[in-house]
Amino acid sequence: MYEFTYHRASGLRQATNLLTKFEDAKPIAGGQSLLPMMKFRLASPSNLVDLNKIEGLNGIELTSRALIIGAMARHAEVHTSPLVQQGIPALAALAGLIGDPAVRHRGTIGGSLANNDPTADYPAAALALGATIVTTKRKIAADEFFAGLFETVLEPDELITKVSFPLAKRAAYQKFRNPASRYAIVGVFVAKRPSEVRVAVTGAGSSGAFRLTAFEEALKSRFHPKSLEGLTVPAEGLASDIHASAEYRAHLIGVMARRAVAAANG
Amino acid sequence: MPAVSMTVNGKPVRGDVESRTLLVQFLRETLRLTGTHVGCDTSQCGACVVHVDGVAVKSCSMLAVQADGAEVLTIEGVATGDTLHPMQEAFRQNHGLQCGYCTPGMIMTALDIVRRKGHELDDHTIREELEGNLCRCTGYHNIVKSIAAGARAMASGDPARQAAE
Repeated sequence: MYEFTYHRASGLRQATNLLTKFEDAKPIAGGQSLLPMMKFRLASPSNLVDLNKIEGLNGIELTSRALIIGAMARHAEVHTSPLVQQGIPALAALAGLIGDPAVRHRGTIGGSLANNDPTADYPAAALALGATIVTTKRKIAADEFFAGLFETVLEPDELITKVSFPLAKRAAYQKFRNPASRYAIVGVFVAKRPSEVRVAVTGAGSSGAFRLTAFEEALKSRFHPKSLEGLTVPAEGLASDIHASAEYRAHLIGVMARRAVAAANG
Repeated sequence: MPAVSMTVNGKPVRGDVESRTLLVQFLRETLRLTGTHVGCDTSQCGACVVHVDGVAVKSCSMLAVQADGAEVLTIEGVATGDTLHPMQEAFRQNHGLQCGYCTPGMIMTALDIVRRKGHELDDHTIREELEGNLCRCTGYHNIVKSIAAGARAMASGDPARQAAE
């Protein structure tokens, strides 16, 4: 790891000021992706601004309409929170599938969304549930938030403060994991909302998580796995690597989507 | 260089570190607590698992400066004098190790599993919970046995008899 200067921010304003002041500064939340990337020298920020001591960023709140999760809530907290389990059980289950127990004690929802790893789980949930990402500057709809591999519309001095997930009538996440790394080869999150059905896919897109509008349309009239029978996903634009070809991923999307709908109908 | 102070195995410690010093480097190289191991250095193998403020973390994926003010527990802190912790005793009795490289991380993870899941652990739960800890010798069979026995022994407070069952 290259040398850098460490700053411990005690508040959001101080954190954004530090990010403005130093070119090439990066915020660090749980650090479970950033620190390994820095060791591999895939990232080499000159300054790190630590968000871990900022108070009030890890709360979880359930209202009649939405589940609101603080950006610094750890995956373990989301997984075990009674409020998340009550409000959106599929989201609590998803958080328990991220990394391993020790990683889940450090990794955060805000960090995961800001990093936008194409195999991360939370981006699929944010897209399918129609989440709103609240930052130090604005509110961003999930549909507008992700901008390609490891890219989002966040500005360098902009920090996520919380994520608001509207409550869904039914939702489920099905993840086909790489057996070694446990990252998603394909993950599909389905959500039946009062006004629409959404289907979002992670792990498979060559430019990150995406929505599957053809599947959404098919499920709109009847939210049942049978509505997806015969539907296929083109392999073009899907990721292809040593773990799975684009064609295999395309096939898996159909399988995982049908399983997710079945699970949501419980 | 930033100064850090934390409590490690119940004792207050201080040290000057570089910003980039990992918690595991601080433990091993500054404090000479070499029971915590570095296996992969990429947060996959779990040889470096310690407890920070009561929860298991991979000390290769946390900066020493981030542990400032924290309570850290390493494998050196779990025994009571010359008496092994019931979980350590269970690994000994059940042949839960061969080369021993992964063992400190396995035991720290095992204690975290007991904290979260209780004392009656089935094999499936233990195997799922061990997804972040790699062992290249034993095939996990005896590690799973050790953790189940150690968890039960921790409930009874009688390490030797329970662990040997």
